[in-house]
Amino acid sequence: MIISVASGKGGTGKTLVATSLALSLKDSYRVKLLDCDVEEPDDHIFIKPDIDKSETVSIPVPIIDKTKCTRCGRCAEVCVYHAIAVTDKIVLTFPELCHGCGACSYLCPEKAITEEHREIGVVESGTADGLAFAQGCLTVGEAMAPPVIRKVKAQANTDGVVIIDAPPGTSCPVVETIKNSEFCILVTEPTPFGLNDLKLAVATVKELDVSCGVVINRVGAGDSGVEDYCRQENIPVLMTIPLDMEIARLYSRGITLAEGKPEWRDTFKELYKKIMEIVIERNRCS
Amino acid sequence: MKEIVVLSGKGGTGKTSIVGSLAALAKNKVLVDCDVDAADLHLLLRPVTREKHDFQSGQTACIEQDKCTQCGLCQEKCRFNAILNYKVNPVSCEGCGFCHYICPAEAIMMKENLAGQWFISDTKYGDLVHARLGIAQENSGKLVALVRQKAREIAEKQDADYIISDGPPGIGCPVISSLSGANLALLVTEPTLSGQHDLERVIGVCRHFEVPAMVCINKYNINEENTQNIESYCRARDIPVAARIPFDNVVTEAMVKGLPVVEYSREGVYREITSLWENVTESLK
Repeated sequence: MIISVASGKGGTGKTLVATSLALSLKDSYRVKLLDCDVEEPDDHIFIKPDIDKSETVSIPVPIIDKTKCTRCGRCAEVCVYHAIAVTDKIVLTFPELCHGCGACSYLCPEKAITEEHREIGVVESGTADGLAFAQGCLTVGEAMAPPVIRKVKAQANTDGVVIIDAPPGTSCPVVETIKNSEFCILVTEPTPFGLNDLKLAVATVKELDVSCGVVINRVGAGDSGVEDYCRQENIPVLMTIPLDMEIARLYSRGITLAEGKPEWRDTFKELYKKIMEIVIERNRCS
Repeated sequence: MKEIVVLSGKGGTGKTSIVGSLAALAKNKVLVDCDVDAADLHLLLRPVTREKHDFQSGQTACIEQDKCTQCGLCQEKCRFNAILNYKVNPVSCEGCGFCHYICPAEAIMMKENLAGQWFISDTKYGDLVHARLGIAQENSGKLVALVRQKAREIAEKQDADYIISDGPPGIGCPVISSLSGANLALLVTEPTLSGQHDLERVIGVCRHFEVPAMVCINKYNINEENTQNIESYCRARDIPVAARIPFDNVVTEAMVKGLPVVEYSREGVYREITSLWENVTESLK
């Protein structure tokens, strides 16, 4: 069972929901928490894991053997990322633009291109009090998050419950994170920004054919736009969290809701039960 | 002309609310929303679209089934696992074209993607360049580069003093695209451990691309001890803290009304945001 937690808008409470859901379920199920917000991974601040394994993530980038290269220009012609330029005298590579597709080395008529691994991030894994955990971390200055996300998600291939914390937004890192999930929790806030970005997030999960439900955080401020939208679109509101200074202060100190206010554990278990019902119903229908 | 980009690392710290207010306070400027996959600035500035353009970018492989001999070479060679049962999954396809070049039956075509749209709009506060990335599309970095370039052209034509840009969260491709070559990165953070952790990473990106940074601590009174920690962190690295803004529900009320908070109320955070803008302009002199 893979459940991803996404949002569209940043700062709505993805990390709060993902960490507390994982901690609330870990005594009843085998649970793994994966932090796929590899640009800004924060789950570790809350669950304080013991990291026992670290693997680098790299992209295969071209190395040109100048003794074999005839500067025919085929590599530059096939590279859509403009990571290779060929002039009369020299072949230049721009490794930071390379996606590692391998077209240049395969298509080089002189077999003058080999590949070397360029590191762009790291995946760390470990445990936190019985909860299995892994996170990706993109190296500062690097642009491409998806390869790091793919490597974190390789650990989702397991029995039990996998909870994936997604990055904000709706573009490629989010798509890479939530595709193949059985369910996606969309965390939002009851404001015009929250609503605007929720609509984009809903369109994204629909495009990926993933079922979704909404958690509304900081209820009490803002307006009723999110609730009205969910009702109109028939999107279940699975849980609400009030605007509460005490919750905000716990969060600011890196304390999860499940630990700081243990009475919330039952609410998170209830959230999981609702998700299971939706997933079972959907599987039965299809 | 000076270009100011507002970033944060962590999402939801208040970038767009701050940019909306700077739009109201700054004179002679062009505005640009670089958060192209979850753009919200238009909700405060209420733009009237003047120009609308398609953003064609990237490509997706497509297998012509009547030509395909099912040899399987494309599936074997695709490093993005985008081809299964001789069909391309457009969500996984990165548009590299490797399959197109190697298909012995020449059965694979590359199709241009309509990856989004971009707009030039009139607002009460000046011109706004903004965009909408298509659902589940790639190349947000390229779209960011495009809206920035258009904003720069307009600013040059109008002889504007500032370009004020609302950036995306994170530190990856669209952030790098928003940041490189800007005159100042205004980093909006909050006094939470995650806010500080993410701030440190985005400061690293500013250093990497040699863009000077300034910090604004939003909702500073949620945790004053963390606020002090962020301030000493910044002091140790010679990064000025341009403002401390208290938590105030008036920011949400203004958002609900669709107004920059400094236009909605002269109470509360008005004073802090005004002095933030003064500090920003002072640092750019």
